[in-house]
Amino acid sequence: MKWLSLLMLLPLAGAAIIAALPKNNEKAAKQAALATTLVVMAATIAMAVGFQRDNVDLQFVENYAWIPSFGINFALGVDAIALVLILMSTILAPVVVLAGWNEAHGGRWSVKTFYVLILVLETMMIGVFAATDLFLFYVIFEAMLIPVYFLIGGYGSGERSAAAVKFLLYSLFGGLLMLASIIALYVMSGAQGGHTFDLDKLSQLQMSSTTQNLLFLGFFIAFAIKAPVWPFHTWLPDAAKSATPGTSVLLLGVLDKVGTFGMIRYCLTLFPEASKTFTPLIMILAVISIVYGAFLAIGAKDIKRLIAYTSISHFGFITMGIFAMTSQAQSGATLYMFNHGFSTAALFLVAGWMIARRGSSTISEFGGLQRVTPVMAWSFFIAGMSSLALPGLSSFVSEFLVLVGTFTRYPVHAIIATFGIVLAALYILIPVQKALHGPTTVGNENLKDLNLREKVAIAPVIAVIVVLGFYPSPLLNVINPAAKHVISQMGFTDPVPSIGDK
Amino acid sequence: MTFTAPVLSYTLLSPILILLGGALIGVLVEAFISKALRPVVQLTLTLGTLLLSLLQVWRIRGEQSLTAAMGSLVIDGPAALLQGSILVIAIISIFLIADTEHFTPLAAALPGSAEEREATQAGNQVTEVYPLTLFAVSGMMIFPIASDLIMLFVALEMLSLPLYLMAGLSRRRRLASQESALKYFLLGSFASAFFLFGAAYLYGYSGSITFTGIRESVIGGSGNDVLLLIGMAFLTIGLLFKVGAVPFHSWSPDVYQGAPTPITAFMAAATKVAAFGAMLRIFYTVFANAEWSWTPIISAIAIISMLLGSLVAISQRDVKRMLAYSSIAHAGFLLSGIIALNKAGLDATIFYLFAYGVATVGGFAVVTLVRDSAGEVTDLNRWKGLGKRSPFAASAFALFLLAFAGIPLTSGFIGKFSIFSAAYEKGATAVVITGVLSSAIAAFFYIRVIVLMFFTDAVEDGTAVEIPSVLTRATVVISAVITLVLGIYPAPVLDFITNLAIFIR
Repeated sequence: MKWLSLLMLLPLAGAAIIAALPKNNEKAAKQAALATTLVVMAATIAMAVGFQRDNVDLQFVENYAWIPSFGINFALGVDAIALVLILMSTILAPVVVLAGWNEAHGGRWSVKTFYVLILVLETMMIGVFAATDLFLFYVIFEAMLIPVYFLIGGYGSGERSAAAVKFLLYSLFGGLLMLASIIALYVMSGAQGGHTFDLDKLSQLQMSSTTQNLLFLGFFIAFAIKAPVWPFHTWLPDAAKSATPGTSVLLLGVLDKVGTFGMIRYCLTLFPEASKTFTPLIMILAVISIVYGAFLAIGAKDIKRLIAYTSISHFGFITMGIFAMTSQAQSGATLYMFNHGFSTAALFLVAGWMIARRGSSTISEFGGLQRVTPVMAWSFFIAGMSSLALPGLSSFVSEFLVLVGTFTRYPVHAIIATFGIVLAALYILIPVQKALHGPTTVGNENLKDLNLREKVAIAPVIAVIVVLGFYPSPLLNVINPAAKHVISQMGFTDPVPSIGDK
Repeated sequence: MTFTAPVLSYTLLSPILILLGGALIGVLVEAFISKALRPVVQLTLTLGTLLLSLLQVWRIRGEQSLTAAMGSLVIDGPAALLQGSILVIAIISIFLIADTEHFTPLAAALPGSAEEREATQAGNQVTEVYPLTLFAVSGMMIFPIASDLIMLFVALEMLSLPLYLMAGLSRRRRLASQESALKYFLLGSFASAFFLFGAAYLYGYSGSITFTGIRESVIGGSGNDVLLLIGMAFLTIGLLFKVGAVPFHSWSPDVYQGAPTPITAFMAAATKVAAFGAMLRIFYTVFANAEWSWTPIISAIAIISMLLGSLVAISQRDVKRMLAYSSIAHAGFLLSGIIALNKAGLDATIFYLFAYGVATVGGFAVVTLVRDSAGEVTDLNRWKGLGKRSPFAASAFALFLLAFAGIPLTSGFIGKFSIFSAAYEKGATAVVITGVLSSAIAAFFYIRVIVLMFFTDAVEDGTAVEIPSVLTRATVVISAVITLVLGIYPAPVLDFITNLAIFIR
């Protein structure tokens, strides 16, 4: 069965149905969007069940000629890393639709358009992780900016159009650098046995180390902007603040993962030598992201910006894990991507409900929510605890793996990064204390607690956070072989711990 | 004195002959058909002529001949592709030209004079634009297939003269329109003079006016290289003027702005195809062996065209001027296809020309739709909130802008990718990197327009958008469909171009 192309077609079909609905029937548009995303989620889970976890080759491979004269194929396939990310994306999609049931109403355009954009974006989210043809990847990587641009600029709040433009220009700039590298790879492949964009064949190209370094930079900067890694992060807080909570979840939870995913799939695979050359630099950038993002978060007054800053810190951890070149860190990084998707989703969705009820996103305007809205407050609390990697919640496992894996090779980096955890306690506990505890701020006495729809939306996210915190092995068993494979392809073996082995 | 009758291959020349015939009949229609009937008759005639010509191009697409017109014209694959592109662009432009609202009722009258008012009240229409368009199209069809210097010059004038005239026909802001026509004419004459000067030197160098003869001299390397260099330089100046590359671009913003928008659309798109078609033939065949001498210069011109076009476009407040500067940048992108000097470069340039031409006509078609009571509104500030009032026009324009910016899933991306990879293959890394960077700069102002249309609230004296006429709507829809299809599934067109695009010498 052609699973991957089916997954990509389903949201498009849903988008077409919604587009055909009458304009004033908003409810039908929402229901159709929810139904579509649920079907896609079910289909993804059904596909994931058939995934052979010990097989490190690409699975569910499909290949159709697309532009033969350039050697471009519509080629799809997933390894465990891509599978996990697709799974995360398709689970988050219905959550976002259900949680943000009313968030399209403040937009410039109709509710219908909002859901069409969301569904088109879902197709691209699946495609960008599943593409095994570099050209196809690039096309989706760039094209998915357009729906997000309209989602931020059309349905966001505040300085939404400025934020949307900033997001788009940063991403386009990175994308064009990557395009230059892609053109170079394409031309080189032509000189070495025929034009192709097949990832496997491209990874076998012979090139000088200077060329490899330059091309690596083209890719890495594009992904570092996307992820975002310090110093390429400045677009993210603005975009996250202006976007609707649901869009922010997709932006931070899924789209930014394309950056870190790209580092594994493209930077490491295509340019192993250059990756090694730049690793020391990237490790420093990652550590700076961890600490700097955390400090910014501590100082943030706006709850959405705060979540964006915490993400910069978390992406620092992910990047560190990827470039630490040990299998634990690599597995940890992939697991981190998955977990970060859910903990950020929980934070953003609950924060979105809080903001919608209070009419303000400034942290100091809240206070004593625990007494007024216990369910909402508890949800926020758990999401926050997951964000600071409290043991027993999912992020702890991944953060721990990244740190342990990094320590064996880069002890100093790992130790500095550990301070990130301490800072995380600060940046989460301060808003938790200000917003949830203490006396109820005047004017907040009558805030409503979560309704049934909101509870249904947040429940699965919290469930994933708690369950994977206690029992991460089903996911880790899938990820581990793929992570080991990446590391061994790079020519690395895990260093033997030098301490405590007598 | 004996006179040899010329041997002409009428089948191979038929696309051009049909056009000229149609144009001449059009002139007669002006004389003999009543005023009321003229618009309909002319439109039908012109459209029919163009379609018939396109059909002929399709039928002879596989033919190759160096002797179709005594060695003055060459028929081959690239010829068919370029002529086909010009005809398609002309057909979708003619729908815009058919909206005579854009043209002055009496071009000969002084702006603001009593005669002009009378003509307006009488409801006169300048149906002369149809035969003029056909003449210009015939010139454009000959330009890329000319294979001697005389024919090349005749074609250049044949395509230019009607355009000079048509640029001055605008109904609104007639003085600006006439000024632009005069500017175009004067600068164009200079360019023609340069062109002729270069042609004379090339004759002096090779002793021949035919491309074959010049090429043999270049290959043989027997002549005086100074003559070749001067001749090549001046001939190239004439051609670069027509494509609007820096530093020969100064006419284009004024003419783009002053000319009636349908004419701007037609001129911007079709002239580029014709002139780049001629450049392809000249640089790929005649001067190919003197590559060492022109590649550095053309690379430099490409780089400054890309940068200057993109940078200056940022500060434009008028949509037509902005598109003019964007076309300068695109001339730079297209020049990188000339520099490539390989099969991939040839295919890529032809694809790019077609894709860009169609998107350009579509873009200007949208410009013709945005009007208030005083005619077209080209001030970008008054395009604010267009997305709300007329989603059709705004979305279509956004699509064309994304294509100009080279965003994936539009034809512009495939064009940019193919042309840059061809140039990179040749080793023109600097050109490719500048191209990529200026694409990033260009994206800035394209996106700013999208922001204006969709994310900004309308100003109070908001622009009214006229219900588009069926024909204009058809142009917008056809262009949009072509732009999308070439972006999503370009394989058939690319294969078609790859198979056909082989120069014969």
